[in-house]
Amino acid sequence: MKEKSIQFLFKYGAIALLAVIIIYFSTVSPSFLTYGNFSDILRSISIVTVLALGVTFTLVVNGFDLSVGSTMSLSTVVTASLMVWYDMPLWLVIILPILVGAAVGLFNTFLIVVIGIPDLLATLSSMYIIAGLHRTYTEGYSIYNHMPLTSGGTAIGELSDAFLWIGQGQLAGLPVPVWIMLLLILISYLILNHTRWGRVLYMTGGNEEAATLSGVKVKKVKCAAYVVSGIFASIAGILFTARVGSGQIDAGAPLLMEAVAAVFVGYSVLGAGKPNAVGTFFGAAVIGILLNGLTILNLPYYAFDIVKGSVLVLALAVTYVYAKNRMSSSGG
Amino acid sequence: MQTNHILEMAGIHKKFGRVNALTDASFTLKNGEVHALLGANGAGKSTLMKILSGLYKQDDGDLFIDGEKVSFNHPKDAKENGVYCVYQEVDTAIVPELSTAENIMLDTFASGKNIWVSKRKLEEKAKEVLFALQAGHINVRKQALELTLAEKQLVLIARALVHSAKLIIFDEPTAPLSVFEAERLFKVMNQLKDQGVGCIFITHRLPEVFEVCDTVTVMRDGKHVFFAKVEETNQEQLVEKMLGTSFENVIERREKKLGEQLIECTNLKEGRKLNGINFAVHKGEIIGVAGLVGAGKTELAKTIAGVTPASSGTIKIKGKKVTIYHPQAAIEQGVVLVPEERRKEGLFIHESLRKNATFPNLKKFSKASFIRKNEETNFALKMIGALQIKTNSTETTLNHLSGGNQQKVAIGKWMSVDASIYLFDEPTKGVDIGAKKDIFKLIADLANEGKGVIYFSSEIHELLAICDRILVMYDGQVVKEFSHEEATQEKILLYASGGKEEQNEREKHPVLI
Repeated sequence: MKEKSIQFLFKYGAIALLAVIIIYFSTVSPSFLTYGNFSDILRSISIVTVLALGVTFTLVVNGFDLSVGSTMSLSTVVTASLMVWYDMPLWLVIILPILVGAAVGLFNTFLIVVIGIPDLLATLSSMYIIAGLHRTYTEGYSIYNHMPLTSGGTAIGELSDAFLWIGQGQLAGLPVPVWIMLLLILISYLILNHTRWGRVLYMTGGNEEAATLSGVKVKKVKCAAYVVSGIFASIAGILFTARVGSGQIDAGAPLLMEAVAAVFVGYSVLGAGKPNAVGTFFGAAVIGILLNGLTILNLPYYAFDIVKGSVLVLALAVTYVYAKNRMSSSGG
Repeated sequence: MQTNHILEMAGIHKKFGRVNALTDASFTLKNGEVHALLGANGAGKSTLMKILSGLYKQDDGDLFIDGEKVSFNHPKDAKENGVYCVYQEVDTAIVPELSTAENIMLDTFASGKNIWVSKRKLEEKAKEVLFALQAGHINVRKQALELTLAEKQLVLIARALVHSAKLIIFDEPTAPLSVFEAERLFKVMNQLKDQGVGCIFITHRLPEVFEVCDTVTVMRDGKHVFFAKVEETNQEQLVEKMLGTSFENVIERREKKLGEQLIECTNLKEGRKLNGINFAVHKGEIIGVAGLVGAGKTELAKTIAGVTPASSGTIKIKGKKVTIYHPQAAIEQGVVLVPEERRKEGLFIHESLRKNATFPNLKKFSKASFIRKNEETNFALKMIGALQIKTNSTETTLNHLSGGNQQKVAIGKWMSVDASIYLFDEPTKGVDIGAKKDIFKLIADLANEGKGVIYFSSEIHELLAICDRILVMYDGQVVKEFSHEEATQEKILLYASGGKEEQNEREKHPVLI
């Protein structure tokens, strides 16, 4: 009986929790269960979700990317500077930051695969390096339209309307960033769960040695995961720039831990027990909906982290209690 | 020999969920005897021993130590009653960063009342115990991680002796040891016997029972089925008792049909582990590679399979020179390895049978990179049928399968790549006797299909049973080659330990290829 209830909790716990939260908030506040509010919630989680998807990929290969926050910050200022300082065309403004993100992924790969620093420590180091790099790049200033330059005069360009549409526009009743998020979730889900590449990523994460002996080039696989992570962080940065309309420095730093939490909450969705794309979205959604509801209830913002932490603990507890039970029942 | 019972376990029942692990199991041990406990995997030996060492609590039944009824709720209770265990996985009981002395005295200072630990006293006491075990050569200041496996076992035995153990459980201690190291362990066991310590010895290697044990108990299906003095029984009888049926020749001799040459290695070198290896394998041939631990068997297997690429020398496959720089290159050439540490290197233990089975050749099971689960399931079902794997479904995760069935998956997964050369590194390690038979048959079938098989093993009797030719390795070289007819256990052991039959033997019969 106890085992069954744990199994049920593990499988449907996160979804049940989400349902309970939604029902509760809709009974206490009429403005909660409205189309507008849900579209708001989705928009508010879109950037974190994109960032978290990248982290999901690195966790799948049993790595960990702590540098995504900094990479997002770097991408934010690079995107803004390309338009404001250099007045570049839109396609370059989108391609270049993505390339920068990929380069960060390659740098992480170099530290982890070539030098052999453990993932967590390597990306911790690159997190600092990249954070410092992006502040140095802007000399510590945020970037906005026609900003005064340290070299004298004002910047030549501004963020174009076409670009701002990416972050602020609407398409078929939903904000554009939500569409982008949904598209990336779908792509990640298909790759991770239904393609050869996804299988190779998961198996490499499960047992590197066995994967090598099965003919997998583990180094390349890890490299791919970190490059994907860097690219997703860059996309999050581009979305952020377009949403805010300027290139804020340190934009990504506060989002790092939220993204990581979303991935781990996602472990417990539908009994996956491992990082997965849909779970990550659910994780971000649970946190997003909870915060939205609490805001409506006028909970002070400084208490929000308590809620976030508690959700994370709950999800992790379910995942690990289940894993422990499964281990002990298979032994003996 | 004294006749008082140091241990008596009677009417022990234990259930895991709905599975009866032990039903009315019993076991007795006298003072100063070495008592073998045998049984196929799943017979309940480990469960019984875990109850004895306080890891599990029996559902029903009684435990008597020295005639007194005891109840163990925790391993500590067992230790207080003088019951110690030398686990198969010694590393789980050793703290690698601590010194040998600290490891030996671990229980003392972990639970002692004194907060100050005198290093000098610790080392003195440790030395004393090691000396009593005739293992005075071990430096007590050495970090435990520098010790060999055999030395770590001695440390565990020493740890038990510090507390004047009454009985020590040896859970498959010889599995990872070389022949020499095992011999040394037997000496230690004999010595313990003389000191009046009772030893319970669990092993899959039957000859060892006759070498070191006084009495033997066989378990099957969670019950005690047989007890005898070692002098009064023989291997055939024990096997029969373990399996419940008589066990005909483990493997029938195949008719040998040699085909074209599949692989030829010339002067293969790798680091300091391989010093110029030459040999060739033909279609339909099973080549055995014998050697003690450290002779370079595993290294040779890994070099051919591309895990540790050769630093020099050539490998020709079907007459064509190839470079194998990564397992992927080896697999492309049809060379596949079933590694020694199957849980660690061969399988994805937390993944399903289906995912394991198809992993080496996912391309075959996918279209435009999308995996087709139906085709995967079909292949997994085919494999389950062909290899007679005991499993509930294709989605069962491998940690729920027995060692033998896991090994079958580790072999069967290569069916998807149509390999032509199979390397088996200690394929029967930790596999019970029933599954062993299946695995032998599987390997013989592969050879009959025209595959080339290289069988690396330190179990010489297995090599003698299954191989057409046996290469003996010593110190990174092939020092001798025997045909099936010539080979005997003694000859192989002699060459494997660096000896020669006659001084000029090698000039008379130079080692060919």
